[in-house]
Amino acid sequence: MKRSSAFLGLLQKEARHILRDRRTLAVIVLMPIIQVVLFGYAIRTDVEDIRLAIVDPEPDAATHALRTRLGASGLFRIVAVERSTDGLNALFASGAAQQAVVFERGFGDRLESARAARIQIITDAAEPNTGTAMQNYADALIRDHEGELREGTGPPPIAADVRMRFNPTRESSNLFVPGLIAFVITIISALMTAISLAREKETGTMEVLLVSPLRPVEIIAGKVAPYLLVGLATVVLVIIEARLIFGVPLRGSAVLLLAEGVLFTVTSLSLGILISARTPSQRVAMTAVLAGTMLPTVMLSGFIFPLESLPTPLRLISAVIPARWFVEIARGIMLKGVGLDHLWQESLVLVGMTGVLLMASMRSFRVRLD
Amino acid sequence: MSAPAVVAESVTRRFADVVALDDVSFDVRAGELFGFVGPDGGGKTTLFRILVTLLLADSGRASVLGLDVARDLWAIRRKVGYMPGRFSLYPDLSVEENLQFFASVFGTTVEAGMPTIAPIYDQLAPFATRRAGALSGGMKQKLALSCALVHHPEILFLDEPTTGVDAVSRREFWDLLADLRGRGLTIVVSTPYMDEAGRCDRVALIQRGRLLGVDEPAAVARSFSGAVLEVRSRERYRALLALRAFEHTDTVHLFGEWLHYTDRRAGNGIAADVVAHLRTNGIVADVTPIAPTIEDTFIQRMGAPEAA
Amino acid sequence: MTGVAIVAKGLTRRFGGFTAVDAVTFDVRAGEVFGFLGANGAGKTTAIRILTGLLAPSSGAASVAGFDVYREREAIKRSIGYMSQRFSLYNDLTVRENIRLYGTIYGLSASVIRARTDNLLERLRLGESGSKRVGTLPLGWKQKLAFSVALLHQPRIVFLDEPTGGVDPVTRRQFWELIYGAAGQGTTVFVTTHYMDEAEYCDRLGIMVAGRLDALGTPHELKERFGAGSMDEVFLRLARSGAPAGAAA
Repeated sequence: MKRSSAFLGLLQKEARHILRDRRTLAVIVLMPIIQVVLFGYAIRTDVEDIRLAIVDPEPDAATHALRTRLGASGLFRIVAVERSTDGLNALFASGAAQQAVVFERGFGDRLESARAARIQIITDAAEPNTGTAMQNYADALIRDHEGELREGTGPPPIAADVRMRFNPTRESSNLFVPGLIAFVITIISALMTAISLAREKETGTMEVLLVSPLRPVEIIAGKVAPYLLVGLATVVLVIIEARLIFGVPLRGSAVLLLAEGVLFTVTSLSLGILISARTPSQRVAMTAVLAGTMLPTVMLSGFIFPLESLPTPLRLISAVIPARWFVEIARGIMLKGVGLDHLWQESLVLVGMTGVLLMASMRSFRVRLD
Repeated sequence: MSAPAVVAESVTRRFADVVALDDVSFDVRAGELFGFVGPDGGGKTTLFRILVTLLLADSGRASVLGLDVARDLWAIRRKVGYMPGRFSLYPDLSVEENLQFFASVFGTTVEAGMPTIAPIYDQLAPFATRRAGALSGGMKQKLALSCALVHHPEILFLDEPTTGVDAVSRREFWDLLADLRGRGLTIVVSTPYMDEAGRCDRVALIQRGRLLGVDEPAAVARSFSGAVLEVRSRERYRALLALRAFEHTDTVHLFGEWLHYTDRRAGNGIAADVVAHLRTNGIVADVTPIAPTIEDTFIQRMGAPEAA
Repeated sequence: MTGVAIVAKGLTRRFGGFTAVDAVTFDVRAGEVFGFLGANGAGKTTAIRILTGLLAPSSGAASVAGFDVYREREAIKRSIGYMSQRFSLYNDLTVRENIRLYGTIYGLSASVIRARTDNLLERLRLGESGSKRVGTLPLGWKQKLAFSVALLHQPRIVFLDEPTGGVDPVTRRQFWELIYGAAGQGTTVFVTTHYMDEAEYCDRLGIMVAGRLDALGTPHELKERFGAGSMDEVFLRLARSGAPAGAAA
């Protein structure tokens, strides 16, 4: 009874700090919301005037019909028409072409005999987001054309084979939202906790708290609980916003996603406490958190740069970064719609990391000043 | 005679190569108002932090209310009230919110603490909803004192509560301490202001980690070795420079309105000699023997100030 | 113009409905050590901010070193030195680096800075400590150094805000001897303190109570007027007569 009143007192005080510091509160809530918009539009770079190469080994009426349609769409500018694929590499390498449409030999004959005529779309995905967009445009245009040809009957007369150059495993432009969630949790949990603990040290109030009967675990719990709430509330806002504006799906279980979010929040909070235990001032704490958690979250979690495209040493380092595992879990739940049966390994890694960090942060929080 | 409230035996503490406390021993009696008087950097804060279990001594032993400061950490923390040297309240919380918070930390309520803090809180009540950061220096100190008292501690440690506070607020603060002491609370307090030493039952002079003496204020003042002469002159600064050049001068210091002077010689007729010396320098002065103050004793015992 | 360093006539500053400085009138003579006392929240800080060109008054008139506090704030800042207990020098810079920085801020040439630095270090007997970081110096030395640095550009007036807080009694007196030395050279010293014995060291005192300047005179005159034995008593009587000061200015 006695102890619970102390904990409630801590919660109430921390909530007051957060609510009174309107500017900081606005920053932590608004920043992720604005970031969704920024990242969303940055990824949806409007693609126009795509430099298209055509490979047409045996031109006929059917290939000309499709070529004309591509050229007349306004999206593509045909920069080269070749007889074979030999010259494609050079065109891509010099940047003269961003995309190529390759017809198979006897394309028109096959169409006429109602056999599947094959076509290959090769897209330069060095910039993954642009690449995805270009591919979607070309694909859609060919589908339209095909639909008119077959008039609703028979097997698909055109079989499009899609290939990405440079970044072949590119999945979806929705990938950024799970990364952004990890980023938001890191900022709110690690940064705000570290700053708020360091502020108590700077103002001398930590001395008074230490000389009270409060145990370190109570001080920490009272400090982190409100930020856990703020963090999760922001995450929910980000998911809803991403869905409303960009149609980013949440295919799997929302409850599982929140549970994993809580887990990752505790990880980040532990990191924040660990860092603030070793820093004397708010300024140092902030720098340390930025360098120690935010940078890795942005660079090495797959948030912005796909893990597959990282050099091996960095990819190895990314394995010890909690955000990397959380991003993988969140992508699985949101985009693939899978559950714990697929994600238990990643979740176990995250649980293990959280356990270690939590222990370390409890130990680092001393009962004395030195 | 009840057991002492605080006992320190040969407490020593270093920070890197700096000796913050050097073999410090003393005891504080139960119910006493005990003061540590000395400048910043003298070791007062380190000593207080050791006594309230925030730091460990490198060597030596100390106990508070019969409990060992190194071993009985949690028992001590329930029984002491502590006001650190820095402003240690939440500036964004109001007066009453600060008080509520510190009450809840100790598992009590403001109402339960009111009998103890009422004399202080009455002065704060008009500002109950004001944010602590917007209070004047004197009011901040009173609020911090209320927060340190709200859980009925058995002993109070106040580290430089009056630093940076104006003379009137300081006097009011000491009146509050005298009142608390009258109700039986043991109070250990530190201050850089020598004139506050007289408000304590006993004082310890502290400088560069060493105690220069522990006694009742009057006894500390009396323990000055030699005689102090007060030099009264309209031309104080010229008189000071003239006495600096005087062959018999031991020390000469600005002291309030006048100068305090000590001579290398002992015996009678010294005052007249000083008057004569000043007259040859064209300075008119009265010179009379006076009773030394605590500050005279402190200056005498502290020796040369620390080198840069 | 050499006779008077600071003139204030009916100087007033309001913050919303609160009058922090209320029709204050006084003058400070050149070469004088003028003590400015008052309880926390009595308006001292606001008055000093006006006189150092940081804050414009609401009404009234004042000039500092002959410059108007409304129109010539930049000229005022160039003619004064300022030192406070809270901020004076950068702890992570060495003694010489601090002096050089300060000299550069006031536009002194490199050769002048060098000459004055050597002279300053010699006077303070800090010669060997020039390359030490200021943070490693004892407090008393820091304050003496900060005072000398505030005089580096040879200002006509120097403002000292609680310069000796927490300093040991001997170093405190050495600090005051530096003040007398500067005043002897013609620099006007405007100083605040909470040590009442230091109030006695001043040539004249002004005491602020609740925004008004309630007493002005030499320590001797003030003690006689209030029939008090010490400045402490004078201060106490004045402050108790005013409204209780709850809020900071």
